[in-house]
Amino acid sequence: MQVSVHIPTALRAFTGRQARVEVEGETVEAALTALTTTHSGLHKHLRDSEGRLRSFVNVYLGDEDIRFLPEGAQTPLAAGAELTIVPSIAGGRS
Amino acid sequence: MTSPQTERTPSIDPATRSVDSLPELDHGDIARYSRHLILDEVGLEGQRRLKGASVLCVGTGGLGSPLLLYLAAAGVGRIGIVDFDIVDESNLQRQVIHGASTVGKPKLDSARARILDINPKCRVDLYPVALKADNALDIIAPYDVVVDGTDNFPTRYLVNDACCILGKPNVYGSIFKFEGQASVFNYRGGPNYRDLYPEPPPPGLVPSCAEGGVLGILPGVIGCIQATETIKILLGKGTTLSGRLLLYDALNLKFRELKLRVDPTAPAITELIDYEQFCGVVDISEGAEADVVDEGFARQDVQTVHDRLAQGWKPLWVDVRKPHEWDIVKLEQAEIFKPHAEVIADGLGDVPLDRPILLQCKSGGRSAKAAAALVAAGFSDVTNLEGGINGWVKAFRADLPTY
Repeated sequence: MQVSVHIPTALRAFTGRQARVEVEGETVEAALTALTTTHSGLHKHLRDSEGRLRSFVNVYLGDEDIRFLPEGAQTPLAAGAELTIVPSIAGGRS
Repeated sequence: MTSPQTERTPSIDPATRSVDSLPELDHGDIARYSRHLILDEVGLEGQRRLKGASVLCVGTGGLGSPLLLYLAAAGVGRIGIVDFDIVDESNLQRQVIHGASTVGKPKLDSARARILDINPKCRVDLYPVALKADNALDIIAPYDVVVDGTDNFPTRYLVNDACCILGKPNVYGSIFKFEGQASVFNYRGGPNYRDLYPEPPPPGLVPSCAEGGVLGILPGVIGCIQATETIKILLGKGTTLSGRLLLYDALNLKFRELKLRVDPTAPAITELIDYEQFCGVVDISEGAEADVVDEGFARQDVQTVHDRLAQGWKPLWVDVRKPHEWDIVKLEQAEIFKPHAEVIADGLGDVPLDRPILLQCKSGGRSAKAAAALVAAGFSDVTNLEGGINGWVKAFRADLPTY
């Protein structure tokens, strides 16, 4: 199943500056694994040492946060689904 | 923080204030705000709501600049500002409330002068402090709405938690390079920042704007969205961003919107904590204490390094900034130019592991990450130039620019 992943500015250094990456995956989890396999520099930014998604990085399927989907990261993907990675950013004052 | 978040303090909705308690408009107000008064959604009552309203803006930088200008122009009666910074030349690219005439002056004084020029009737309260757990509740308590224009994670979590405890709506905005986020937290039972991000990233993993850069106009767009949301909350009109996270990509000019939900498993916020510790921030500004931490490499300020070089120390000087930064300014002492991400990824080629290495970037952040990577790769004598090329130039090279 080919799906696209929106990469935020802060992580584009690890995708060769691409804002959107196409990957194969039957579930959210599989698509993210495919993403970090192709772009290995992303791995430590998305997952902790035990392989769990980091709590300061949110992943959305369409406009829904996967944390609030009944099947979470195991949610199956339809062809053309869009995943979005949204990391916390703090800038504003300085 | 033990009880479930369903027991959250309900936020106070400023638009529910009784009309009788609102200040009247005088003839000057009516002339000044005529374009508001003829809008159904504002009208006399709405303008009186704005006149009777108070807004606290945390930070008067990129986000605070435009939003303070517009809140003052719109007739918000009382504005509080928290900031302890001084206006710097490099702020003027985006912090439009300040100007060349206020470089070197406190940002608060600069912002107040501009606000009063726009609207002399505005009451401006200044808080020349860093917002901390021991002063946040007292500073925030008198205000109807808080606008978060800060630039660091500890203060963002502090602002969020204090707003949740006090029941204040928190208008959120954040920026990085060409990308911005905005939302409204803790408003009419909606989610807060901890529902979006339960925990902060470890320090160093997310670059700051000083390190990563920011398009000057970006905070203008996000700050104006924050000002819009603030005015809507004060008026009680329209649909706010509560429950939605707005993403703005300036480079491709795209707005996207994601759903934000109250996390039923999140612990309730009942007290303020140590936010520096929560965010894992270690203060390295006190040089003496920094040496105590064993990171495997030395952190030395520009004076120390300068003295050691004068005494005959001959490290291999490595500039780990990006190529476009080398074009801005570079030092003749630097022998190797290699961006820090490449140093972290594949080291220093065939440089012997026992060669003394001095790493330098813009201000010392990226080079410290490269230093840690070189230590992990087996280098035995690694020094990080704290303060970077900017510190070096300020101290010893008045003929070169800083950026």
